[in-house]
Amino acid sequence: MSILINKNTRIVTQGITGNTGQYHTRAGRDYANGKNCYVAGVNPRKAGESFDGIPIFATVQEAKEKTGANVSVIYVPPAGAAGAIDEAVEAGLDLVICITEGIPVRDMILTRYKMQGKRTILVGPNCPGVITPDEVKIGIMPGHIHKKGRIGVVSRSGTLTYEAVGQLMELGLGQSSCVGTGGDPVNGLKHIDVLKMFNEDPDTDAVIMVGEIGGSDEETAARWVKSNMKKPVVGFIAGVTAPEGKRMGHAGAIISGGKGTAQEKLAIMEECGIKVTRNPAEMGKLLKSVLK
Amino acid sequence: MKIHEYQAKEVLRNFGVVTPKGVACFSVDEAVSAAQTLGGKVWVVKAQIHAGGRGMGGGVKIAKSIDDVKVLAGQILGMQLVTHQTGPQGQKVRRLLVEEGADIKAELYVGMVVDRGTQRVVLMASSEGGMDIEEVAAHAPEKIHKVFIDPGTGLKDAEADEVARKIGIPDTSVPQARSILKALYEAFDKTDASLAEINPLILTGSGGIVALDAKFNFDDNALFRHPEILALRDLDEEDPAEIEASKFGLSYISLDGNIGCLVNGAGLAMATMDVIKLYGAEPANFLDVGGGADAKKVTEAFKIMLKNPGLKAILVNIFGGIMKCDTIAEGVITASKAVQLKVPLVVRMKGTNEDLGKKMLAESGLPIISAENMAEAAQKIVAAVKGAR
Repeated sequence: MSILINKNTRIVTQGITGNTGQYHTRAGRDYANGKNCYVAGVNPRKAGESFDGIPIFATVQEAKEKTGANVSVIYVPPAGAAGAIDEAVEAGLDLVICITEGIPVRDMILTRYKMQGKRTILVGPNCPGVITPDEVKIGIMPGHIHKKGRIGVVSRSGTLTYEAVGQLMELGLGQSSCVGTGGDPVNGLKHIDVLKMFNEDPDTDAVIMVGEIGGSDEETAARWVKSNMKKPVVGFIAGVTAPEGKRMGHAGAIISGGKGTAQEKLAIMEECGIKVTRNPAEMGKLLKSVLK
Repeated sequence: MKIHEYQAKEVLRNFGVVTPKGVACFSVDEAVSAAQTLGGKVWVVKAQIHAGGRGMGGGVKIAKSIDDVKVLAGQILGMQLVTHQTGPQGQKVRRLLVEEGADIKAELYVGMVVDRGTQRVVLMASSEGGMDIEEVAAHAPEKIHKVFIDPGTGLKDAEADEVARKIGIPDTSVPQARSILKALYEAFDKTDASLAEINPLILTGSGGIVALDAKFNFDDNALFRHPEILALRDLDEEDPAEIEASKFGLSYISLDGNIGCLVNGAGLAMATMDVIKLYGAEPANFLDVGGGADAKKVTEAFKIMLKNPGLKAILVNIFGGIMKCDTIAEGVITASKAVQLKVPLVVRMKGTNEDLGKKMLAESGLPIISAENMAEAAQKIVAAVKGAR
């Protein structure tokens, strides 16, 4: 088992004709069961053509009907990316993973509004994607740094997630699934949603939750953990040194009005029984220390 | 992106919000002739910088004669205005706004931001205008009224009226308040704003409602569809190092410490700053080189960091995923030679082609200190800085 995606997932790439979409579709197809998983691409102007043997369709709906695709991954440029999410939601896919960075917040507000009451789950945007090691990789993370195991990883960031995974691997700990929720202020799944899934996943024993300054996703998740989580969770928050009012790369990584500081998040997580470290080099060790 | 008060008022006027009459000025002479053109007996001379708290810092003054305007404009223009948002060095005043005086009966607050929890734009309003709203939020949160605006309908009449009454607007002025609140939302929505504030929004002696101050920030990711907003950018108000970095696709922010950091990814970059602090030193900057860090990008990043006279050492921390460690090693070697690097350099690389990258650094003949993990990198860079003192 795993969460969100596995070897039976069937994927359509939106933005398959761009450089990024091509590179990562190829990398995903070459990873583990990717050859069976990547079944379609979408581009209305290139319908009927194919990319490396993957057929290209005019619409997500058509790709779904012809190939059984149930998950989409989006590499469409920012101006059209929210529209691409809308299309995947309209087609009724199970899951949309939007990698695109730089989507206007207003577009995401409207997209999330239209998603109300729809069945589709969104991961991202501005995220590395989701991987279930040794089964399927959807997104831009390097596959070779992972291996199958029983630790869940959830994070807003890309390379900091890889760092956590690298530390786990040095200790011989594989992962059940790793989810990057993304660095934007208006997005799909949040830490709490992913923790709920890991909680129900029989193949996950413990979770690393990596957060960063801005917003209150980590606090919300921590409060839920306190009364609901059956498995140990450990955490790290990046940005203890970040000054207020400065946007640290991610559109959502900003301390404003004295809210969303790393110290505050760490304190609440500790109160809720999550073991935290202030040293990003010790995320792996901390996780190992809570395993039974 | 931030803009000046006078520009924010122009944006608001375009959507139908009433503001005092005023003129933006770049010299004392312009300020004097602006006051003469505006007429009246009282004027307000306001420093235009991007930071808030200008009044407290001495950047906003009342003039009761044209001579006053001349004196005050002379004092404020060119001053190094220090507010709680500028840092101790302050910000040089290069522009003024000269406005007609206002008849203030009550000072109110209205603002809008994107609320991440509800994923909607939230209207915040309070009877406690003129003050720092964060103070109000901290000490009297019941005095801040919120409406989470439905993106499908926009701000509804009934919602606007209710908020207007809650902040003490008299019944006769409620229709005007409604149109201003709705105009504020329209302005926010149509310009892809990330923050809009009118503080204070005043009630005048005759029952009018006027935006006495205004602040707008915009979503950088949406500027591509707003050339009219982008045209309002004032580069004098931004850090030259950050502007230079953005030209090369680098995300850079100056900080107060002495250890330069070059990292791929925003989260890892913040974590690297944190680990430096944890081991007893302070980062000089945040720098995310992004996805494709080639020799040119690394060289430019080194150049930008080295412009900081306080820089004592550089830490490179790369987790190579898609980006290969040998590419980074090549970039670091080229950059070190190009800038004739004199400060200690610690490099920690992990991930794809790690061994090859490390070998290249070791064989480069450069005094590069290699580290296996983040903790070791931090320890080594802190030791290097302390040794250099």
